[in-house]
Amino acid sequence: MSRFVIFLIPLVVIAAFWAMARYESRTAHDPTHKSYFERNGTTLGIVFIVLVAFWTLLLVVLPYLYMVQESFHPKLPPLQRNGPDDFLTVQQYKSFFVEPSGGDWNTNHMSAFVFSILASVAVTALNFAICYPLAYYMAQAGTAQKVRLLMLALIVPYWINEILRAFSLRLLLASKGLINQAIMGLGLSDTPIDFLGNNTGLYVGLSYAYLLYMVFPLYNAIESLDKNQIEAARDLGAPWWRIHKEIVMPYAKPGIASGCTIVFMLSAGSLAAPQFLGGPRTLWFTSIVYNFFFQTFNWPRGAAYAFILLAACIAFVMLTLRLFKVTLGETIR
Amino acid sequence: MSSRIVMKAMIAFYIFLFFLYLFGPLMVMSATAFNTPNYPQAYPFEGFTLGWFVKLWNHRAMMEGLWNSVIIGLGVVAVSVPVGLAASILMNQIYHRARGVFYLVTVSPVLTPGVIIGISTVIFWKDVFGVTDVTKALFYKGVILSILGQSSFIAAYCLLIIMARLQRFDRAQEEAALDLGASFPQVFWHILLPFLKPALISAGVIAFLSSFENYNTTTFAILADKTLVTVLAGEVRQGTTPALSALAVVIIGLSLIGAIAYEIMKRREEAAAERMKERARMAEREAVPAQMTPSEQFA
Repeated sequence: MSRFVIFLIPLVVIAAFWAMARYESRTAHDPTHKSYFERNGTTLGIVFIVLVAFWTLLLVVLPYLYMVQESFHPKLPPLQRNGPDDFLTVQQYKSFFVEPSGGDWNTNHMSAFVFSILASVAVTALNFAICYPLAYYMAQAGTAQKVRLLMLALIVPYWINEILRAFSLRLLLASKGLINQAIMGLGLSDTPIDFLGNNTGLYVGLSYAYLLYMVFPLYNAIESLDKNQIEAARDLGAPWWRIHKEIVMPYAKPGIASGCTIVFMLSAGSLAAPQFLGGPRTLWFTSIVYNFFFQTFNWPRGAAYAFILLAACIAFVMLTLRLFKVTLGETIR
Repeated sequence: MSSRIVMKAMIAFYIFLFFLYLFGPLMVMSATAFNTPNYPQAYPFEGFTLGWFVKLWNHRAMMEGLWNSVIIGLGVVAVSVPVGLAASILMNQIYHRARGVFYLVTVSPVLTPGVIIGISTVIFWKDVFGVTDVTKALFYKGVILSILGQSSFIAAYCLLIIMARLQRFDRAQEEAALDLGASFPQVFWHILLPFLKPALISAGVIAFLSSFENYNTTTFAILADKTLVTVLAGEVRQGTTPALSALAVVIIGLSLIGAIAYEIMKRREEAAAERMKERARMAEREAVPAQMTPSEQFA
């Protein structure tokens, strides 16, 4: 039953908004105001609404809601769905904490979850450290021509897809790879260092994959800062680190928040880097979800895990926004 | 003064390192595409070969995947650009209190991990298309699901790009056209769309590129079919062959050509703008020879 209820929720919300709009137009009547259809014409008005409704309802809201309700069902063969065994249950969420068979704590999955989140935070911090100087240089020091060239140099590698970029790092970091050849050639070590096994590859891969998503928000934010402010601070004798701490960074806060949020979300949800660069014993949370779909075919449990990941990501974004005191609207631009 | 030079050298060194990090792996990978050994190896360079490109060309699954990728890309452009356009127009007109919710709903796919979008797309459409056997046979296909799944967030990219330009649109133009007797569709087709054209084009390009290289959403939504990227992922998982490097070289080559073309176009545009300015200045001088601009007086 719950499957069909999902389809009603958006309709109820739309009806509520419709009622609010009607109420507002009646109480605060403005004679110069044109109605929506007066402004766009009937045909175009309908086309716009149909397109947007198709997108927001069928592509965004309903699939999410549907995934959430699916996560509250048991895993069943197709014929038994909507049958007597198809009841609402939290067993899929419980299985994240407690092993379904045996009843031990599910330390495997919980530690994978914590590891994914912490590693993503670390990668975010790393990328901020790498990208901030470049963004600052591009925004404040570079000439227009130079900046355009740097931008182009930044974007071009990103036209190569994620998989091939991970592959290129694997060629470098593998035990027979170029870096190990160099290390052994210089006599720094006799045996190759297992960069992929000790997760160096994973961190490098994640950082490498999302550099661009950090540079651009930072650049956009710093670019509009008035150079005179920095000059003034310098004239007053402020050392360079205080200029950054007290002028540039506070000013670029929305950009910093935006870059950090995006990089965190992307790396927490990434699939390619952990699959191709992670060590054999490393369990990334999205890989667990992937396996539920492609190896054990347990869609409800996969959906539950996906929802746990989504909830954690939303919580993280909210926390970051609160911490930086910026709104969501400022972040996405 | 010397500290300035040290500072400059440090900045240059840092930028060098940054771009070494960015390009180094790609250059090493490109080198392996031309080396003869079976394992992609950059050093020692044992012999020059173009054999891996031939192998790539003959790779059936990859070519099939490429074809699907192009179809999906075009499908995503066809869905998400009109949707983004419609949503940006509604965003400007929707009444105030609903705008926050509308904005949240429309940009949430940008922030949602692609894996989750892929999963929710498959779970939802499997049941929707699965209502009858006919719809299931017709629509429950990897290519269609990928278009739907990718469009959910790529439409949001398009919305953001188009909205940025729409905010600079002067409503007076529309009012003037309406006062002169134009109908609403005429205003839309002859005034608004030409104004938005650059944004629509860049939205289309971005939509195609993001669709083409998407992995996280597509790997779920593509079901039993394949795209270029999912074939690649399978190849990388199984092992490494220099044919993958060869593919990377092809993509890098295409990107470079695109980048150079873009740079040339930009320079030409700038030169044209400069010439226009020059001509305007000349015309001004000819028209009012007696008056001199203040800058000329001091010159």
